[in-house]
Amino acid sequence: MATVSTKEIKNRIRSMESTKQITRAMEMVAASKLRHAQTKASDARPYFEILLDTIEDIVCSGQGAQSPYLTQRPIKRTAYVVIAGDRGLAGGYNSNLLKMAFSAMEEKDAVVLPIGKKAVEFFKTRQVSLLTQTPQNAAEVSVGDCFSIAKQLCKAYCRGELDEIVVVYTRFVSVLSQVPEMLRLLPLAEQDNKKIPSEMIYEPNCEEVLETIIPEYLGGVLYGALCESRASEQAARRTAMNAATQNAEEMIADLSLKFNQARQAAITQEITEIVAGSQ
Amino acid sequence: MTPFPLKIVTPDGIRFDGQAEELIVRTTTGDMGFLAGHVNCCAPLGMGRAMVIVDGVKRYGACIGGMVSVINGTVSLVPTTFEWAEDIDVARAERSYERAQTVLHNKQSTDTDIVLAKARLRRALVRKSVGTSK
Repeated sequence: MATVSTKEIKNRIRSMESTKQITRAMEMVAASKLRHAQTKASDARPYFEILLDTIEDIVCSGQGAQSPYLTQRPIKRTAYVVIAGDRGLAGGYNSNLLKMAFSAMEEKDAVVLPIGKKAVEFFKTRQVSLLTQTPQNAAEVSVGDCFSIAKQLCKAYCRGELDEIVVVYTRFVSVLSQVPEMLRLLPLAEQDNKKIPSEMIYEPNCEEVLETIIPEYLGGVLYGALCESRASEQAARRTAMNAATQNAEEMIADLSLKFNQARQAAITQEITEIVAGSQ
Repeated sequence: MTPFPLKIVTPDGIRFDGQAEELIVRTTTGDMGFLAGHVNCCAPLGMGRAMVIVDGVKRYGACIGGMVSVINGTVSLVPTTFEWAEDIDVARAERSYERAQTVLHNKQSTDTDIVLAKARLRRALVRKSVGTSK
């Protein structure tokens, strides 16, 4: 016991303390950002739900079948919009999502539109072809950016350069659980539950309504997915940092015990030496 | 006048949810008006001024992109951006207008710059006219 110097243990305790302070601070920051991200996510939801309802109505009514968005064609080239975070230290948040996206891309002609620094780095090192050259930070993407991305994707889809568009994001289930998910945006899925379409007038006509709404819908879904991902990232970081703080506390308790034992051992030894010397 | 339920929903949240008496919006094919009991319909929106009458009071807003739909008497206005006239920052719109003008007058501007500047100019003009006419 006496071989471990008390000074060494003291240093380790001190460094542990400062680590704990940092992780605690990060936890607090994540918690406050999480609240913000959650309200944004819930604000965006009704918007794209209404758009989705309208699109379903049009698809069910069987009108607008000539629209390129509705015609089924063989899938050759798939675009993946992968939304990850900008920074690490968020538990499995980034790696879970990227792993899922990467395994889905295997044996497919895939291009990736990464959002978030981590996604850009991941796909660059794996030499997957990227759709954009300008890397996007997940924290800085605005509603407007989502709409311009959506427009760009829709144009490429109509020109036949892309046959499928998939978004990969992390769904925010609760503060404790976030699940990576894939969502196919285009082509629009065939509706199984055929609702009886209500009498609807489309101004000026069905195709034009579809043509305007679908890029909007895509933008809305992308923005919604982005908001969910951001909320998930903060929640994952909060949980990870909470665990780190607890671990640090445990280690400090453990080290304090060792420190006290070492100190006691040193005192005992000194007394033994003095007693032995006086005899 | 008979009121009808109206919802104005943007990606940033719900701007209005309640009873209104009249709604006029600019669609891609021109202005369209809605009163209670309108037939089910759906139209994409252009850029322009929207007018809503609530309890006999006229309210104006700048309404850009998206669509409007009527389903079983409920009118849903889902624009990309919507700002009530009183929320519009006219000075900001003015600055945006001037910036777009300089890009358009600059002979070295690229095509994409010009497209972006034109869109910005149109948005700024809508905001300016709605913001100053309150």
